[in-house]
Amino acid sequence: MKVDKKLVEYLANLSRLEFDDTKLDEITDQLKGIIKYVEKLDTLDTKDVEPTAHILPLKNVFREDKITPSIDRDKIFKSSPDSDDGYFIVPKVIEE
Amino acid sequence: MEICDKTIHEIKGMLAKKEILPSEIMKSTLSRMEKTVKFASFIKTFPEEALKYAEEQDSAPLKGALSGIPVAIKDNMCIEGKETTCASHILRGFVAPYTATVVQRLLNEGAIVIGKTNMDEFAMGSSTETSFFGNTLNPWNKDMVPGGSSGGSATSVSLGEAIGSLGSDTGGSIRQPASLCGLVGLKPTYGRVSRYGLVAFASSLDQIGPFAKDVEDAAILLKAISGYDPKDSTSVNTGVPDYTGEMKKEIKGLKIGVPKEYFLKGIDKEVEACVKKAIKELESCGAEIKDISLPHTEYAVATYYIVATAEASSNLARYDGVHYGLREKAGNIIDLYKKTRSAGFGDEVKRRIILGTYVLSSGYYDAYYLKAQKARTLIKEDFSKAFEKVDVILTPTSPTTAWKIGEKTDDPLKMYLSDIYTISANLAGIPAVSVNCGFSGGLPVGLQLQAAHFNEAVLLRSAYAFEQMNDYHKKRAFSGK
Repeated sequence: MKVDKKLVEYLANLSRLEFDDTKLDEITDQLKGIIKYVEKLDTLDTKDVEPTAHILPLKNVFREDKITPSIDRDKIFKSSPDSDDGYFIVPKVIEE
Repeated sequence: MEICDKTIHEIKGMLAKKEILPSEIMKSTLSRMEKTVKFASFIKTFPEEALKYAEEQDSAPLKGALSGIPVAIKDNMCIEGKETTCASHILRGFVAPYTATVVQRLLNEGAIVIGKTNMDEFAMGSSTETSFFGNTLNPWNKDMVPGGSSGGSATSVSLGEAIGSLGSDTGGSIRQPASLCGLVGLKPTYGRVSRYGLVAFASSLDQIGPFAKDVEDAAILLKAISGYDPKDSTSVNTGVPDYTGEMKKEIKGLKIGVPKEYFLKGIDKEVEACVKKAIKELESCGAEIKDISLPHTEYAVATYYIVATAEASSNLARYDGVHYGLREKAGNIIDLYKKTRSAGFGDEVKRRIILGTYVLSSGYYDAYYLKAQKARTLIKEDFSKAFEKVDVILTPTSPTTAWKIGEKTDDPLKMYLSDIYTISANLAGIPAVSVNCGFSGGLPVGLQLQAAHFNEAVLLRSAYAFEQMNDYHKKRAFSGK
């Protein structure tokens, strides 16, 4: 796959990031180098190899469905950039 | 020797005999901190609060294994009521609403937190140069990097600003700075230590561990933070051994494997010489040295930078300018996300988010992410096979000693390759420790020991035996200049 400026712009939008033109060129070049390096994995035969997501022999970890005290709501809202009466304030999302 | 240059176990001994008071220990570290400000170990310190708490302990009975011990915490672990920045602008103004389990465990043992340490932004880096707050200097030579990402946690202990500290290790971020700063740094088994309250970078790799001046201190700190925590479903409910007791057992007959893949091109000659000398010393203690092979070693860096960035790109999606931290003004919600994230994250974090998004994106997932997960299986199996033959695997920690500030910042790939010896342990989830094994050009060299899952005891045992053969761990970086 060709890594070019257009691809990086596409990835930036997916990642909710913005870059100016100079930065876009720089990241494209760096990404090219890194992708070329990681593509050395292509030389590895992984037919019949199971993927590893994490190393623990755990699947689902369940707990009892019991109510326990949770963190005070005011403490959570203290760090929010904009909130009102238990709600996070954001710019209008739905058009009239 | 000033109190702050002593080890935890030495100070514990003095406290038990009532030769010193907790407030005297604290004053010693606080006065050292005033002299070492330029090294920039900390993002924030709490001198008044720490001293007040230490003075209260003066007249109280000893609380636990770390009574009166000043400790430093990497600034990606939460302490209720204190800012947690991850050295990023995007967390500006975030005050943690709860305390990380590891920090709580240290507090329960009587430790006193004196500050939050500098790090690479979101732990992404190998030199503590990507911090929003500026870089940290190597205690042995201030023109050099301290390593990273837990650079500030390493320098704080190395300089005597704290007696012990905690870091996090996703690809070597405890062991590599420990190596570059001449300390003991231990990454426990994945699942040994609770990560509740640690800001996630790559969830299948992250693990919290201690920095210490010597192996005994590392054993004390590890014991304090280890164990199952219902708040972290990836912490494992298995017994925690008495590490300080286990550590002192002899290593006669212990099988130590030396993988040939770790001594190929790229390793500094003097680093290699120090490590080879360490092998001889361990052999003279009665350990049996065996040549082994970890054939997939050369794929580790590539595998790591796919897995870690993929996980990071998902974990860092939560920084949206809505719930906490920075918010940039914007007319609509998408622009609010974009402007906040673009202003809040630094270059290295953005680079990794882009790479992680790429390897996970539709059409490339199988070619990169799934491929890397399969490569991870092969790397993990290399270790399982090796541990059928040997108890411990010995390698260098870092291919070089500390490098000059700025030397690798323009070339991300060069920076990534400096982690070449440490990342396999994270991919395989095994415990590993770095101990000082000499100096080259006045800079410390690190020896890495790796063991099978949940066998931290054998790591400490071999590291302790090695430490008895030399006095590198008794050298202190701070000279008063």
